[in-house]
Amino acid sequence: METTKVIVGLGSCGIAAGGNKVYNKIKEMKELENIDFILDKTSCVGMCFREPLVEIIDETGAYLYGDIDEKKAIEIIDQHVQKLTPVKEYIVHSDLYETRDDNFFKGQVKIALRDCGFINPENLDEYEARNGYVALKNIAEKGISQEDIIQNVLDSGLRGRGGGGFPTGLKWRFALNSEADEKYVICNADEGDPGAFMDRSLLEGDPHAVIEGMIIAAFAIGATGGVIYCRAEYPLAIDRLNIALEQARKAGYLGSDILGITGFNLDIYVKEGAGAFVCGEETALMASVEGKRGMPNKRPPFPAEAGLWGKPTNINNVETFANIPWIIVNGPDAYAAYGTEKSKGTKVFALTGKIKNGGLVEVPMGITIREVIFNLGGGIQDDKRFKAVQLGGPSGGCIPEHLIDTPIDYDSVNATGAIMGSGGMVVMDETTCMVDMARFFLDFTQKESCGKCTFCRIGTKRMLEILTRICNAEGEEGDIEKLEELAYHIKDASLCGLGQTAPNPVLTTIRYFRDEYEAHIRDKKCPAKSCKKLLTYEVIPEMCTGCTVCAKNCPVDTIRGARKELHFIEQDKCTHCGVCFSKCKFDAIRVY
Amino acid sequence: MADVQKIIGDAVKVHGTERKALMPILQAIVQEKNYLSDEDMISVANVLDLSSAEVFGTASFYTFLDTEERGEYVVRVCKTISCHMAGKDEVINALEKNLKIKAGETTVDKKFTLLTANCLGWCHKGPVMLVNDEVYPELTPQKAVEIIQEHKNR
Repeated sequence: METTKVIVGLGSCGIAAGGNKVYNKIKEMKELENIDFILDKTSCVGMCFREPLVEIIDETGAYLYGDIDEKKAIEIIDQHVQKLTPVKEYIVHSDLYETRDDNFFKGQVKIALRDCGFINPENLDEYEARNGYVALKNIAEKGISQEDIIQNVLDSGLRGRGGGGFPTGLKWRFALNSEADEKYVICNADEGDPGAFMDRSLLEGDPHAVIEGMIIAAFAIGATGGVIYCRAEYPLAIDRLNIALEQARKAGYLGSDILGITGFNLDIYVKEGAGAFVCGEETALMASVEGKRGMPNKRPPFPAEAGLWGKPTNINNVETFANIPWIIVNGPDAYAAYGTEKSKGTKVFALTGKIKNGGLVEVPMGITIREVIFNLGGGIQDDKRFKAVQLGGPSGGCIPEHLIDTPIDYDSVNATGAIMGSGGMVVMDETTCMVDMARFFLDFTQKESCGKCTFCRIGTKRMLEILTRICNAEGEEGDIEKLEELAYHIKDASLCGLGQTAPNPVLTTIRYFRDEYEAHIRDKKCPAKSCKKLLTYEVIPEMCTGCTVCAKNCPVDTIRGARKELHFIEQDKCTHCGVCFSKCKFDAIRVY
Repeated sequence: MADVQKIIGDAVKVHGTERKALMPILQAIVQEKNYLSDEDMISVANVLDLSSAEVFGTASFYTFLDTEERGEYVVRVCKTISCHMAGKDEVINALEKNLKIKAGETTVDKKFTLLTANCLGWCHKGPVMLVNDEVYPELTPQKAVEIIQEHKNR
């Protein structure tokens, strides 16, 4: 009989949800009561909405328990491990039962996330047991040439997963063809798009996959050094990367004459960012590694010709690298079997906003937005109406309800005015104001603009001012046109991707929700009832009981009325704060 | 008080004195005392043989390299879209009320600095805040105040 395994999910979200308490409780039980099972930890399986998660694998199969606290942990150890009766009501996924969360896993194909949630990310043996470093060993043992590796990556159709969508194999070939005494490979782990956390989960859950991908890239282009640029906001990812790098050095995957390949010498180190979104842009990232202000430089020369320290450099995103070992082991055709003609393979998406199942999913390209949001994501919170989804963060755009059947591939998404981006999906419902949403993204890009290009530095500021005015009931005729004009100038006159794409959220919301902008400007109304300055609060006479709660809570003392008598709001002093609406127990305040 | 000269000395041993060592050295100082004073930046400039303007220029570019005095605990509340949709305004209001400061300010006893931050990568678990290096997701105004209270008592 095999020993039962109990695995606790300890990614950042598992820990934040109380995973450590659950782990310690189970450990305490195991030791105090001397129960025979293997206790281990893993990272995020993507099911963040059910954290903390505990998986029990016994001889009958695997059972994933969700929303586990210390009390439930005692129960499942007692019932399942000791008495061999699974506690069905807490099971969120198992091959043996149907559960309410099954849809979350149906339709997912895990390639980049293949090990996340299945291995202990701090244990190299567990990575190796799941085909880890097999790709690298194959290259060493079979003597696969640099050109063959690049051809494999090209044939797989893999395109940059950080947002650019440039064919990865082609990028590698450029770097290979650049002659130099030193070359570098860089992993861009400066994920900063609002709504995106794929790379964090991947680094926390399977750091070796990213490192192995980098080592393969380094071999393919002939790199002599490697850097992982990780943002400072991700302390756990940085810790786990450093642990994994040390393990890889000890195991001989990094160092001199790696796996017996004469002359293949490589070390990789982690460079911690310091809170600057623009450093996700490749030339800014390299400036930051060199110890300078993280400001973009003009291209050409492209990094493949003159990058870090002026040497040829290949930069890929975390998810791109994580796909590489799988492609080398399983062959390019296996990867290209997923997806559409021009967008091959799978893509990881982070589901956030007004969606029921917030978390991470990996799906084949070509799946529709509707399938992701409604099948995997479980639909909209409180069963409200879907309004739009923001794809590609501040560089992307919104996709409205009538385009919800758009297949997710680079070209179809671009055609809507949004971009694939790094894979953040912020879902919005009928209560989200699209003008306010656009203002949010502009506020973000305006703050994060490095200031190098005038149009990006000042143009985004002016756009933000206009949007703020519109949301504060001070919109004027002609504002929409002014926004559009500024947007086109910013796109034309900015050096880097951040500036060129900064106006996208505004342009797409104007394109699809122009009527909302007009309602704000002309009628001084917010159709989503979100912009407080544009709302009118009124007492409904037939509902008011004269309880005085609204009057007592009003911060500007503008509600009149005696006890047990009808109250009314003096509109001229009202600051539209909404306190009366939220405090009234009798639904006697109308908002319009 | 943190011995900045010693921090710089230790960081130089690891990172050297080339230009690329600048950020790791500044980060090491911030790790210990939460911000960089003018004197700190001048010391670093001397060690790396850079102008102090270069050092200030680099430090002031990065939000995590604070050049203003910060409290013992730096509270950064995420203010971007997902956290906004999840109710970050109420969290910030509650913290401002509890700490008796506005966002961007430091308490008189230098214990807390309240800041807003751009996306912290916790969009599915908003609203979220960082207190120094610790992450606190899925906040409510009450929960946020309890966490601050807990830090006050430390």
